[in-house]
Amino acid sequence: MELAIGIILGCCALGAGICMGIGAIGPGIGEGNAVSKACEAIGRQPESKSAVTSTMIMGCAISETTGIYALVISILLIFVAPITMVNTLKSAVASLL
Amino acid sequence: MKQRTLRFRIADWLYLAIAALPVLCGIVLNILTKPPTDGISIAGARIFFTIPMPLQDLPITEAQVNSFLVVISIFGLCLYITHGLSIKAETKRQHFAEWVVEKTEAMVQESMGDFFRGYAPFIAAVLALSAFSSLLTLFGIYPPTSDMNVVAGWAILVFILITYYKMKSGFLNYLKGFTKPIFVMLPLNIISEVATPVSMAFRHYGNVLSGSVIAVLIAYSLQSLSSLLLGWLPGFLGQIPFLQIGLPAILSLYFDIFSGCMQAYIFAMLTMLNISGGFAQEDYEKRKKEKLEKKNKKLKSNT
Repeated sequence: MELAIGIILGCCALGAGICMGIGAIGPGIGEGNAVSKACEAIGRQPESKSAVTSTMIMGCAISETTGIYALVISILLIFVAPITMVNTLKSAVASLL
Repeated sequence: MKQRTLRFRIADWLYLAIAALPVLCGIVLNILTKPPTDGISIAGARIFFTIPMPLQDLPITEAQVNSFLVVISIFGLCLYITHGLSIKAETKRQHFAEWVVEKTEAMVQESMGDFFRGYAPFIAAVLALSAFSSLLTLFGIYPPTSDMNVVAGWAILVFILITYYKMKSGFLNYLKGFTKPIFVMLPLNIISEVATPVSMAFRHYGNVLSGSVIAVLIAYSLQSLSSLLLGWLPGFLGQIPFLQIGLPAILSLYFDIFSGCMQAYIFAMLTMLNISGGFAQEDYEKRKKEKLEKKNKKLKSNT
């Protein structure tokens, strides 16, 4: 029983870490691309700085979405999943006995 | 400038009180009901009480109460800003009010087109509600936007609007739109239709929640770090977390103020783009013309 609970807690923590780590790669690359292109555009046409900046921030926020999904999943894995999983395990064990 | 009467001033103070009292109420409520915790505490909205309902009990949570406080506060602010308007702008607040109205109208017209010009008040309401809700963290109150349910409610409202404007060019055309390139794409189209409100809700909620989670984690780690580094100080000096002074405030500048306002802007922007993007204006005008012609023919045949 203790071993099973330990495995559940450890796997939840591991899963949350892996989820956030892999999920952060995509938005990082995407936002870096967006900002580099925006810098190029501003360098070419400095008078269109405000329009480029607002569009860039908008695009950054949208490409951040997948990272936010990963964050939500990892928060669920840390704060919600262990409690419910341990509870279901306990009730299953109690019904077996 | 005109001399202001006493009545005008009393009304001014009343409106300011309507704007400020809800925030004070929220702070007092937060102090009274917050359970004492030590260390990390990242909990959802607290449930104040539940109303028994036939299907499922309706819990009244902190998020609901706080969002209504925000609504009342914005109402008071609007009353204060638009109090004592004159034809030619004289006071600072009238200039401010005119600036807000002009900016939102220009924004809506730029990104939604002329057909949706009447949407400026709705967009302004969404912007103000979202921004002020996120800014509640500055007072230490639970922000309603870091509760999934509040933001999901707004997203569902936007989804209904999108669907309504898609149906404007005919209900059958709307259903046909799901099988647009080929019939096999039907499930994918349905999923992408549902994904719009889900992604809007998750984006807003996740950003605000992640800010508060990171703030709590950093405050806690700074406490541990200061007790590790400065624990050798004699007496109670060793107990004071010196490193917690100032540093979390700089982070809060980004996570609370910038991120909150940014997400409000993005939510409003996506609302505008989705509503105007789903609406096929040419089809709608064509249909309208055909209907008018039919009507005219009927009238002619009758006479």
